[in-house]
Amino acid sequence: MLLWLIPAFPLLGFLLNGLIGRRAPKSFVNAVAIGAVAASFLWTLKTLAALWPLDAPCLETYFTWIQAGDVRIGFDLAVDRLSAVMLLVVTGVGLLIHIYSIGYMAHEGGYYRFFAYLNLFMFFMLTLVMAANFLLLFVGWEGVGLCSYLLIGFWFLRSSATNAANKAFIVNRIGDFGFSLGVYLIYIHFRSLDFAPVLATVSERPVESGVGPLTLIGLLLLVGATGKSAQIPLYVWLPDAMEGPTPVSALIHAATMVTAGVYMVARCSAIYLHAPLALETVAVIGLATALFAATIGVTQFDIKKVFAYSTISQLGYMFLGAGVGAFGAGIYHLWTHAFFKALLFLGAGSVIHALGEQDLRKMGGLRHKTPITFWTLVAAAVSISGVPFTAGFFSKDEILLAAYHHAPWMYWVGTITAGLTAFYVFRAIFLAFLGEPRGWQHAHESPPVMTVPLILLAILSLVGGLAPVSRFLAPMFPPHEAGHEMHLVVISVGAGLAGIALAWLFYVARPGLAERTAARLGALYQLVYNKYFVDEIYQAAVVQPVIRGARSLLWQKVDVGLIDGAVNGLGARACAAGDVLRRIQSGNLRSYAAWVLLGSFLLLLAAGLAGGAR
Amino acid sequence: MSPAGVPLSWYLVLAAFLFTLGAAGFVFRRNIITMFMCIELMLNAVNLTFVALAYHTHQVDGLVLAFFVMVVAAAEAAVGLAIILTVFRNRASLQIDEVQSLRD
Repeated sequence: MLLWLIPAFPLLGFLLNGLIGRRAPKSFVNAVAIGAVAASFLWTLKTLAALWPLDAPCLETYFTWIQAGDVRIGFDLAVDRLSAVMLLVVTGVGLLIHIYSIGYMAHEGGYYRFFAYLNLFMFFMLTLVMAANFLLLFVGWEGVGLCSYLLIGFWFLRSSATNAANKAFIVNRIGDFGFSLGVYLIYIHFRSLDFAPVLATVSERPVESGVGPLTLIGLLLLVGATGKSAQIPLYVWLPDAMEGPTPVSALIHAATMVTAGVYMVARCSAIYLHAPLALETVAVIGLATALFAATIGVTQFDIKKVFAYSTISQLGYMFLGAGVGAFGAGIYHLWTHAFFKALLFLGAGSVIHALGEQDLRKMGGLRHKTPITFWTLVAAAVSISGVPFTAGFFSKDEILLAAYHHAPWMYWVGTITAGLTAFYVFRAIFLAFLGEPRGWQHAHESPPVMTVPLILLAILSLVGGLAPVSRFLAPMFPPHEAGHEMHLVVISVGAGLAGIALAWLFYVARPGLAERTAARLGALYQLVYNKYFVDEIYQAAVVQPVIRGARSLLWQKVDVGLIDGAVNGLGARACAAGDVLRRIQSGNLRSYAAWVLLGSFLLLLAAGLAGGAR
Repeated sequence: MSPAGVPLSWYLVLAAFLFTLGAAGFVFRRNIITMFMCIELMLNAVNLTFVALAYHTHQVDGLVLAFFVMVVAAAEAAVGLAIILTVFRNRASLQIDEVQSLRD
């Protein structure tokens, strides 16, 4: 089926743009970048059409990558139903965001570099979702992390951007460390890293009651997922990652890369189902992150930060879905989230493009100036709020119903989060688009190259939920109790609508009420507004001790004392020894001759003593 | 016992005596030309040993080595005398103790 062509197109695009894009005209850069992703998308469609209905995975083996003893790790790509969904999201949404970027990045320097990085990201992301073994998945996993770093730090002259890029990279290293340990454990226990044999072996094992190897593997993989998918406790990099250009936030930090953790958990569903403790941890972390990030999102004023916390919160939903055993629902939410969250970011980007401003307090009244952006953002917002029959409604309710059957309290927390979600998203939209202008003079609607992707994504946000993703994925995962309780659906939808109404009340009907409420809440508001001081706590508890330890111990003691000391000491000893030996070289020829005589005499004496008279 | 009736040990003792004389002269004399002649003396003492032993054992190896030593001695004489000549031209002296400018 030539599966390798799917990631190969973006790689070719990266090479072309990276090598000669600098001197090429913009039209060439556009054609290469968009063409590569479009080719990849079309080839995905063709492949999926040919493989339909994908009852069995299609595995292609290309070459042996690592061969050592009985270890064989191949460059193997596979497509099954799970990766088919991911492929469609990555190439489809990726294509729209690439097109949008033409308009958004039009006036930026390093145009070719931006598109080269985006294509490289697509290559690694497609490798990640098509990999047929853990190590190849890890290659993609690290590759997308690299591209995330490069693109967050795209405006590398801004120190805030480079700091954010470093933060994202370093925090992800922590997660990846756990992930690689999990992969080692998998190899130790199963003597293989290919998905098919490992997961088949796992399925034959009994379910672990306590903490066994599978639980350990599951938890270590989860550490990797919390890093990549920005879950507690490693979520701190994602809000800062908004320093990157907005299309990057939409593509990498909303629609695709950050969902890699969810994909990985779903891919390893067999492991998690045999390790209930690890699975429960997934659910609890997901739920806690969803609520935690949603509360922070309510108080933020940077439009991209609001959506960043929203992404963290929605990723928490996906983990909740996976954690309660509804892996299909988690991936379903990944699918719908890709549409409405990419749209939210691209819409925010359109606003930023129009105003050059990200602070919600300085917007207001943009409705008439940027109508397309406004209406598409409303479509995304109703979808994320779970208004009935939009995309977000289907996937969110499936997760919440599954959560109810797992543990009712999870449903209630999830419902509260749904209300908060609706509140903060509409708060952002009301602040930006309704009311009176607050301090801007010129605003203009974005060019069609940006608005057409917005409109397409808006349509997908509204009707994308009709794709029966979780039913399509059902054969991949064991069945779980799926409820259809009407009253639960009504309650969670009601929570969403209540959130919208509350946002209307606070920011449209009674302007000023928000400030008064914030003032009345006082310390609590300050706590949430400052993001629970998590960054400061990490700074004091982890970053500063590490820096201090590096300065006082590693630098001044180990490096200066031990390593430099050893090297310099060796040099000094050699000098001293040379100084002593130098005195032998007196320049006095007759003393040299005396030494030669003495030496040969001693040599003869030694030979005589050792060998004797033979 | 050699045909002429001179025992091998006599040759060896003579050679040892000559070599010691050369070595002592090399260490104790200061004139470069004298030292040079002492080197020749040592070389020829060794040559005498080679030849005597070759004659005694009826083997040709010692004779061959003696020729080698002669060749080396001739080459050494050519180079050595040239160096001595240069030293004398530059310093107007042949005292070995004054030639130590490469000391440090």
